[in-house]
Amino acid sequence: MAMKDVPDNIFMTTLDAAASWARSNSLWPMPFATACCGIELMATASSRFDLARFGAEVMRFSPRQCDLMIVAGRVAMKMLPVLQRIWQQMPEPKWCISMGACACTGGVFDTYAVVQGVDRFIPVDLYVPGCPPRPEQLMAGIIALQDKIKHGGTLNGTEFARRDHSTGPVPFDKDELIRIREANEQLVSLN
Amino acid sequence: MPFEVSDLAEMDAPEKEYLWTLNFGPQHPATHTTLRLVLTLDGETVINAVPHIGYLHSGFEKLGEHLDFNQYVTIVDRMNYISPLANEIAWHHAVEKLLGIEITPRCKYLRTILAELMRLHDHLLNVGTTGLDLGAFTAFLYAFYQREKIYDIVESASGQRFHTSYTRVGGVMFDVNKAWVEKIREFLKGFMPVHAEVHRLLTRNRIFIDRIKGVGYLSAEDAINMGVTGPLARASGVLRDLRKDEPYLAYADLDFKVIASKDGDCYARYLVRMQEMLESVKIIQQCLDNIPEGPVNIDAATHIVPPAKPSVYRSIEGLIQHFEVMMPNRGYDTPREEIYAATESPNGELGYYIVGDGTPRAYRARTRPPSYIHFAIFPHIIKGHQLSDVVAVLGSLNIIAAELDR
Amino acid sequence: MSTEEVLKSKFPEDGLTFSEFRDNRRVVVPAAKLIPILSLLKSDLGFDMLAELTAVDYLEYEGATDRFGVIYVLLNNQTGERLVLKTFINDPSPTLPSVYSLWKSADWLEREVFDMFGITFTGHPDLRRILTPDEFTAHPLRKDYPLKGRGERHNFPIVVRSDG
Repeated sequence: MAMKDVPDNIFMTTLDAAASWARSNSLWPMPFATACCGIELMATASSRFDLARFGAEVMRFSPRQCDLMIVAGRVAMKMLPVLQRIWQQMPEPKWCISMGACACTGGVFDTYAVVQGVDRFIPVDLYVPGCPPRPEQLMAGIIALQDKIKHGGTLNGTEFARRDHSTGPVPFDKDELIRIREANEQLVSLN
Repeated sequence: MPFEVSDLAEMDAPEKEYLWTLNFGPQHPATHTTLRLVLTLDGETVINAVPHIGYLHSGFEKLGEHLDFNQYVTIVDRMNYISPLANEIAWHHAVEKLLGIEITPRCKYLRTILAELMRLHDHLLNVGTTGLDLGAFTAFLYAFYQREKIYDIVESASGQRFHTSYTRVGGVMFDVNKAWVEKIREFLKGFMPVHAEVHRLLTRNRIFIDRIKGVGYLSAEDAINMGVTGPLARASGVLRDLRKDEPYLAYADLDFKVIASKDGDCYARYLVRMQEMLESVKIIQQCLDNIPEGPVNIDAATHIVPPAKPSVYRSIEGLIQHFEVMMPNRGYDTPREEIYAATESPNGELGYYIVGDGTPRAYRARTRPPSYIHFAIFPHIIKGHQLSDVVAVLGSLNIIAAELDR
Repeated sequence: MSTEEVLKSKFPEDGLTFSEFRDNRRVVVPAAKLIPILSLLKSDLGFDMLAELTAVDYLEYEGATDRFGVIYVLLNNQTGERLVLKTFINDPSPTLPSVYSLWKSADWLEREVFDMFGITFTGHPDLRRILTPDEFTAHPLRKDYPLKGRGERHNFPIVVRSDG
């Protein structure tokens, strides 16, 4: 069939690109909202900012129905097993946005109870900085993730194959523990 | 398989084997954040509820022992994150009491305006999400749009829309100008019709009333015995409002009513919150009319607040004063004393117990969080209700997980 | 008769020390007399609300002789009167009687003090950890516990993509 026979409303593309395009524009977020960022996440979905414009407004609280986890807020050590469980319950393909300073690095809460970045324990695709990030920032993050999905492709699940280990700092380091203890002892003696 | 007679006999088995346990949370849409309940159910009736908390425990009080009085304000912000400024005001109220500082009249009025804006902020979200959880989505969107406007107001005062970190020991970060005052007036004009609209949407809505009227009853005696304060206690008929009983900031000069109800159920709590918003509007209007001129911070010679920037840049005294405040080993003389000071936050009595040890940071910075006390009453008021009422009661208690777990 | 005078006349030999700072009226009581004094305050003097119960670890406080101070902030809802009551206890095994029978608000407040400081309250119906996980062993608000913990926050399995 010659090209001139094709009607105007037919597009030629690869199946891979079409599937990626469809995926990127119908993200179903799973709001793992624990703290302040959760309120900004609500603001993003509400009247002024209206996340629906980017096809990502269908917040579902059941992980089985979602493909984008938004970790909004700090994750305490009591909460982390819950987070991992929910992440594992989500079906493939799935992505994760770490929203806010606390989810990315622990933020101002460098304390005994807060996990210093969720990327140490679950895979994270995109970081949105801020404490909390403004809704515009989160939307920019979602648009960037859509871009990533579009360019990622779907064949053989290659977007997942590339990362099979945590890319954050080494989670448990004995030397760090000793350093923390020493630093704390020094602090005590200084005071 | 058809039903056998023996199955029926088993259903009547002794030892209450028919009771079943339901885990609710910590990740559940109706808990808003990270609450977890283990419910014991008889059919759909809740026999018992055991709250499990600590899913957001972040060590606030430990951090308070390592940060100085001004630095810690960034942390208390994140405590009750739906009304951040109310926490800041409560924290610095306690610190100023410990240090014996009397803030300027302008600062008092400014903080009063902000505290009442935060009360609107908090009650709007609570009313909106109560409706949202019970299936009324529109009121939530209306309320959230008004919240966005309050965000704009605090942003133009402090530069941040959410966690403002606006107050300082002895004052605030920057003064506000006339345009800001006009901005609040504009907001209040637009707020009143929306408040009336939410009233029309919810207050006489048959479904809404059926879901929350008579649910979650708390008597006045129980409220006092269990330490309940704020709108919850007032909805149960406890006439206590720290703004009236222990006036702080500018509340002694202002004319407002304490809203209370005798009913003690979720509907009464909703009505008290709705009515309190109108009182807050009244307070803000009075403050806007009477906001005094003059400095917003106390005198820089006290070495508590940094001096104004021009004097830092152009005079040696100003520079020295600036360093006196900023250097970590200088700072102010904290008395070796302990103090408990509380304010009426939107949720109830928000108190701080501070132990001073002579250094510019607290030896112990304890928060008395209203949410913590309020969540403890949950098993008491839910017993005997239906499973679907759990959502209604949780919504009316207004539990904020970060304040609950700290 | 004021609260202080009543307490002095009822417990003359227990060495109650009264003080005042800003608007806080404070009294230090011996731990052995805690329950009789609190019962009297509740039943006869109308302190019907326990607004706050907390503890302070005085390990690093200059000049302190006792390890822990436990603070009760009482409130009289009729008169609006407040009283800050304080008692001291020491290592090993700091123990106090529970005031749950007087005020139900003590339930979670005592559990929190137990969790954060390791102070045991005898007679409490359900004294478990409340904020930290059950398997946690330390008491984080004690002064000898470091701010950044002892590595508990790093001690979790890692979930990777291929686990999904």
